[in-house]
Amino acid sequence: MANEVCFRTLHLDEPWTLESYLSVGGYQSLKKILTEKIPADDIIEQLKISALRGRGGAGFPTGLKWSFMPRQTEGQKYIVCNSDEGEPGTCKDRDILRYNPHQLIEGMAIAGYCIGADTGYNYIRGEFWEPYSRFDNALKEAREAGYLGDKLFGTDFNFELHSHLGGGAYVCGEETALLESIEGKKGQPRFKPPFPAGFGLYGKPTTINNTETLASVPVIVEKGGQWFLEHGKPDNGGTKIFAVSGNVKRPGNYEIDMGTPFSELLEMCGGMKDGYKLKAVIPGGSSSPVIPGDQMMDVTMDYDGIQAAGSMLGSGAVIILDDKVCMVNALARLSHFYQEESCGQCTPCREGTGWLSRIMHRIEHGHGKQEDLDLLDKVAGDIMGRTICALGEAASMPVKGFLKHYRDEFQYHIDHKKCMVGAGSK
Amino acid sequence: MPQANNELINAASRVDIDQWVAKYPADQKQSAVMAALRIVQDQNGGWLTTALMDAVADYLDMDKIHVYEVATFYSMYEHKPVGKHKICVCTNISCMVCGSGEIVEHLEDKLDIKMGGTTEDNRFTLKEVECLGACSGAPMIQIGENYYENLDAERIDKILDELK
Repeated sequence: MANEVCFRTLHLDEPWTLESYLSVGGYQSLKKILTEKIPADDIIEQLKISALRGRGGAGFPTGLKWSFMPRQTEGQKYIVCNSDEGEPGTCKDRDILRYNPHQLIEGMAIAGYCIGADTGYNYIRGEFWEPYSRFDNALKEAREAGYLGDKLFGTDFNFELHSHLGGGAYVCGEETALLESIEGKKGQPRFKPPFPAGFGLYGKPTTINNTETLASVPVIVEKGGQWFLEHGKPDNGGTKIFAVSGNVKRPGNYEIDMGTPFSELLEMCGGMKDGYKLKAVIPGGSSSPVIPGDQMMDVTMDYDGIQAAGSMLGSGAVIILDDKVCMVNALARLSHFYQEESCGQCTPCREGTGWLSRIMHRIEHGHGKQEDLDLLDKVAGDIMGRTICALGEAASMPVKGFLKHYRDEFQYHIDHKKCMVGAGSK
Repeated sequence: MPQANNELINAASRVDIDQWVAKYPADQKQSAVMAALRIVQDQNGGWLTTALMDAVADYLDMDKIHVYEVATFYSMYEHKPVGKHKICVCTNISCMVCGSGEIVEHLEDKLDIKMGGTTEDNRFTLKEVECLGACSGAPMIQIGENYYENLDAERIDKILDELK
């Protein structure tokens, strides 16, 4: 079965309306929790059983994250949703916002109840105008119907939720950069500790979760942690949306069980387009190391399965690279991206991403030197572990991955000043 | 340099900005700066002037430098005039493997400008952008508030014709 969690309204006409959401049992989890006064600890326990892990890319256990919040202490706390979807290849949260925005609202209200927050913000990337409009309309519907506001379902629980629009910066997907951005500043990540659970938005305890993570919560509450877990594997619970892009017959978002073999996912996509052969897969967004296609055919789509193959599940963005793709060209494009998006705060990342991009540019254009291959590897290694946030790692890991599996293509570019794939097109 | 002047922000923009200010705690007006910059940029035909940024600083009780920092950090703010239609072309990995190179080439030929340029009649600006999060619809572009996906040269022609 597919589309059982975040996409459970997708089969309906106008799946984004309140009416559609109510017809699949929407807002019943929130109602049950509030009216039956279910303790927050019980909900967090169900999340731990479900093995739900952060769907934005880091894969941190959600129940554990919520348990870090100082619920018992007085004062303002916040729940923040990260809809700043920007990891190249990733386009799943956009469809949650467009097609099932109410489920995210319900998930955020449940999170607010569990962590003791009466206010939430959903940070939506600035380019997502249509998803933002859908989400804001849903907020309006929810307020009018009494699912947001004061004394929800006649209880003492108040919850208000607002959207915040970004302005175009990949780094704002990093949770503390995102908080800075909501505060009206440049999106530069904060040094940690303190972590957001202690010092978050406006200095108040804050939990930040990804869109897909929060939208999964109402269904987990309804059906139980065990139900969700059994859709996946131990420690890799649930369903997951895989955003497939590249030259397959039916690219798109597929919400399927964690642990599904990649070969089955490729089949769901109709296989490769005519005239294209599978060459390699970037399995979890542009930051995750590339895996050769034949190896990928034996990999299952879950955190552990992809890690065993030397990469990461990340955001679940499956980028299909076909036999017409030059790997030097591909890495050069990615390195350019990270240079563009480095916030400039940490020297190893600011300077290192520039080095990577320039070296890749000269190899791609036939000006590479033999020592460039070792230099690339060294610069990537020198960035890793030396920066405040993970953007440095995100820039370095693709370099390591491409060099590991496709060194011959890089060597060919250096030796012959042209591409071995594009038959001398460069 | 022109004086900061609140009058530069028109009445409709003020109403819009005020709605954003209301979302944040009373002592956190600065949180509305990104929205305010977007709103005055739209009011000004798609780009920001120093006078407008100063007006935003004034309106939100911020230091000018903090407004400049935000306005220059995020890629959606423009600091030079742009055409009536800003065409943002994604060339990142998914779009690249699905043919964004041909899309760029076609747009540059058709509009007779290079990436980053504006047509002489000020109708179109071409801008290369990073991943816009519509990868399964690659190749794609954004014009104004709209995404256009699964593109080829023929669809581009149709889209541009409809804009005229």
